[in-house]
Amino acid sequence: MTLYLFLTLAVVSVITALLMVFSKSPVRSVLYLILTFFAIAGQYILLNAQFLAVVHIIVYAGAIMVLFLFVLMMLNLNSDTEPQKSTVWKLTAGIASGLLLVTLVGALRGSIQISTPAEANGRVGLVENLGRVLFTDFVVPFEIAGILFLAAMVGAVLVGKRDLQV
Amino acid sequence: MLILLFDTALILEKSILVIVLFLITLGVAAYSTYGERKVAAFIQDRLGPNRAGPFGLLQPLADGVKFFTKEDFMPNAAERWLYILAPGAFMFVACMTSAVIPWGTQLTIFPRPVDLQVADINIGILYVMGFTSLGVYGIMIGGWSSNNKYSLYGAIRASSQMISYELAMGLSIIAVVMLTGTLSLKEIAAQQTGFNWNIWYQPLGFLLFFICSLAECNRAPFDMAECETELVGGYHTEYSSMKLGFYLFAEYINMFISCTIIATLYFGGYNFPGVDPGWLGGFMGPIVLFAKIFFFIFVFMWIRWTIPRFRYDQLMHLGWKSLIPLAILNMLLTGAGVLLFEN
Repeated sequence: MTLYLFLTLAVVSVITALLMVFSKSPVRSVLYLILTFFAIAGQYILLNAQFLAVVHIIVYAGAIMVLFLFVLMMLNLNSDTEPQKSTVWKLTAGIASGLLLVTLVGALRGSIQISTPAEANGRVGLVENLGRVLFTDFVVPFEIAGILFLAAMVGAVLVGKRDLQV
Repeated sequence: MLILLFDTALILEKSILVIVLFLITLGVAAYSTYGERKVAAFIQDRLGPNRAGPFGLLQPLADGVKFFTKEDFMPNAAERWLYILAPGAFMFVACMTSAVIPWGTQLTIFPRPVDLQVADINIGILYVMGFTSLGVYGIMIGGWSSNNKYSLYGAIRASSQMISYELAMGLSIIAVVMLTGTLSLKEIAAQQTGFNWNIWYQPLGFLLFFICSLAECNRAPFDMAECETELVGGYHTEYSSMKLGFYLFAEYINMFISCTIIATLYFGGYNFPGVDPGWLGGFMGPIVLFAKIFFFIFVFMWIRWTIPRFRYDQLMHLGWKSLIPLAILNMLLTGAGVLLFEN
């Protein structure tokens, strides 16, 4: 059952990701990306990481993608305004990124030990454990990420008030 | 075999609960339209709908028939599939949220106790937030795909408004979570036994949450997305027939769900002092909860017909410069309180 769910979600996420890349209209690309995020959230749930799944939906699908759509709609970008590259360019870009993929897969394959979710504790992805781990083992990276976000927010406000004399 | 039997019973039980909930949601939403007109009429010293059936009680039915039989118009330059998909997506998202709400404790009239909650997931309140944040897609896609500048304006207004108010909403929910120590709606409701409601500890949080719910539901005084004096009809200008009906209907479903969340988070859910939610075979809990929900739906309507609409910049100022700082203050105060009194 889990295997079938995994395969379904995997196929859906790959197909929607491809559709996102190949779609001519930017708004459709964003909508396909949202579907990809849903499929990935499903994978998180299969790994028993409900919190991560929901936060993934809230942050990516619920906020960031809305902003993407917002900008696309404000600027009224559609397939006519989308710049079209020549076939040579597309081919070059495809080969270059394909090579990067091969290199990455080759590099990661040997170096990371992937443990199956069955081995892990069933409650490992739940909020209690996640919070405890974040505030004990990973407290420094967590706080640094927090400061990074704060800096980004201040920067965004500053950019928004560009006309102000700084 | 026994396990299989048990599972079948569970699936059957949950399916029935889902169907009943769906019907109740649709029924409440339908009669909210009637209630809204009656409340509006009362506030404006009119009679309201009184032709269809006794006291106009069949009015929602007549409206439904009208929606179905109207001509289904589609603009020539619309994005065909997205235009059709958008109202459905909006409706779907609106209906999904009720799955995690604890409607009562347990029904005991059956041989096995039946939990009055479809799914007790341990991140219930985040699930609600997730679906609230997805609600904006139906509006955005609908407004954009209509290929009409008024629709687009409405969609853009709605999306920026919903994103802005989600922040304050999330921050006020965090205060409740800090207080109760759980994200599960079932436990949050169960902790507020008798008169020990969260509202007594979170008055500011409730106020913020309530204002944000009004904004998230696109209700007056925050219904900028369909401000008819400026935008014709807002994001659903180009919609007609049942597609328009879906949009209007889903708004009432959203209102119903918001009121349910308010009642569950702050007003004890199915608890009431002196009333055991297990009475009447477990039906007392839902009755109490629905009484609270109907009261809040009335308050929503009362506000709509009393307070004039904000201007858009006022709306943004209120959201970003008043509600978010207040919500952060509330969070800090709650944290201090939890630290002082509970440890």
